[in-house]
Amino acid sequence: MTTYAYYPGCSLETMAASYHVSATEVARRLGIDLVEIEDWNCCGATAYSQVDELLAQVLCARNLALVEQSGRTDVVAPCSACFKNLSFANLHMQDDGDLLEHMNYALDADGLAYSGSVRVHHLMGMLVDEVGIDAIRARVTKPQEGLRVAVYYGCQLVRPHRPGQGMQDVEDPRFFEDLMEAIGADVVPFPHRLRCCGGSLIVTSRKAALAMLHELLRSAGESGADLIVTACPLCQVNLELYQAEVNREFGAEFKMPVVYFTQLMGLALGASPKQVGIGSEIVKAGSVLACRGAATP
Amino acid sequence: MTTTLHFDQEVMNLLHAAGGEPLSTCIQCAMCSASCPAAPFMDDSPRRLIALINADLRDQVLASNTFWTCASCFACTERCPRGIDPAQLMYALRRYSIWKGVHREDLVGPDFSRRFVRTILRNGKSYEPGYAPAFIWEGGFPGMVREVQGALRLLRKGRLPLIPSRIKDLDGFRRMIGRIIPLEGFE
Repeated sequence: MTTYAYYPGCSLETMAASYHVSATEVARRLGIDLVEIEDWNCCGATAYSQVDELLAQVLCARNLALVEQSGRTDVVAPCSACFKNLSFANLHMQDDGDLLEHMNYALDADGLAYSGSVRVHHLMGMLVDEVGIDAIRARVTKPQEGLRVAVYYGCQLVRPHRPGQGMQDVEDPRFFEDLMEAIGADVVPFPHRLRCCGGSLIVTSRKAALAMLHELLRSAGESGADLIVTACPLCQVNLELYQAEVNREFGAEFKMPVVYFTQLMGLALGASPKQVGIGSEIVKAGSVLACRGAATP
Repeated sequence: MTTTLHFDQEVMNLLHAAGGEPLSTCIQCAMCSASCPAAPFMDDSPRRLIALINADLRDQVLASNTFWTCASCFACTERCPRGIDPAQLMYALRRYSIWKGVHREDLVGPDFSRRFVRTILRNGKSYEPGYAPAFIWEGGFPGMVREVQGALRLLRKGRLPLIPSRIKDLDGFRRMIGRIIPLEGFE
């Protein structure tokens, strides 16, 4: 069994509990052990960097130091924002000895230290790069045939790009589509798959956020998708919780379920809808999954 | 004798670890504005904001809602042909405007940031009910009703906790933070 340190992040404890449940279920079925970091803290989300850059940095440094202390070398984050924050904080410390020293001065007050040895993965990146699409395809027992999915990358899963990642991966990535096709789903062309949902603006610039959501839902609806599949808790919550408000504001009638990729993967690997947290959506996904024959037990 | 920094130098000094190329290398091609999904809601497009900074028009920049309307999607950062990092620039301007206490009166962003950070410094983790209620009147009475309805929907599905989750080693965590910023300002 392969073991990874696991950084769930704040959303997965609350609004995105179904992402946590389904990620754990998928990992278990693929023979991967996700060991939660003991006493991890918030990664800083998008709000820290606008108050203090080093504060944003030290929050990530503490989590990485905890991974190192546990003796593990690789950490997996399912949330795209956590992934971006942890991986860039890590890169900055690896590149800049002065910054690393500064962070260690702060960490020392908490009895911790960080040398820069940890590798940070997004959960999807780990599944695609380390487990492999072919290996996943081989484990599928209930292919999601006939389920038309709009694959939604959003932003921070791919942007900003990391060293070694090609331009192609940023502007025209394929790994998410490949993963969904590997579990038998029918991937529809979705022009806005890389366009921001406006999640971080929903409180602070409501008008902009609703317009950005409307654009995305319209694009997904026109693509003929049964549902949107995402890898980010902020996108998921934003796209479904504010759908009613978008409908009111723009005179639309969207009823588009938004699920996590791990939920569909879990079903394809033989888990029951309940085991992957289906049923906790605001826009119900159960009936479309059942009517496509994708979630039958 | 004192030297007053040109505004673009002052802004570049705010970018420590991340930051890209200096703003003075901008060629005004507007790739950033064209890539920005939030641009229609900005007082000044990202391109124009950089031009204002390079023209040393500090007051005009600080009066703009542009950097508070950035959604951190990093499309501009990916595409800038000169290697400028506009998304990090927006963060830097938010920090600058919070420090100076200068921003457009009607903006929610500055207060939201402060409340968010205060919640994390108190618990070590994020807790929406700890800072979101301060903003439910933003949309007037109907807006408040919508917010409460949304919260109830999440609550019914067990997706909204009633008690904040806290890290165990809060003392050590706060000692660590205290070595970066003075905690007093957030309490």
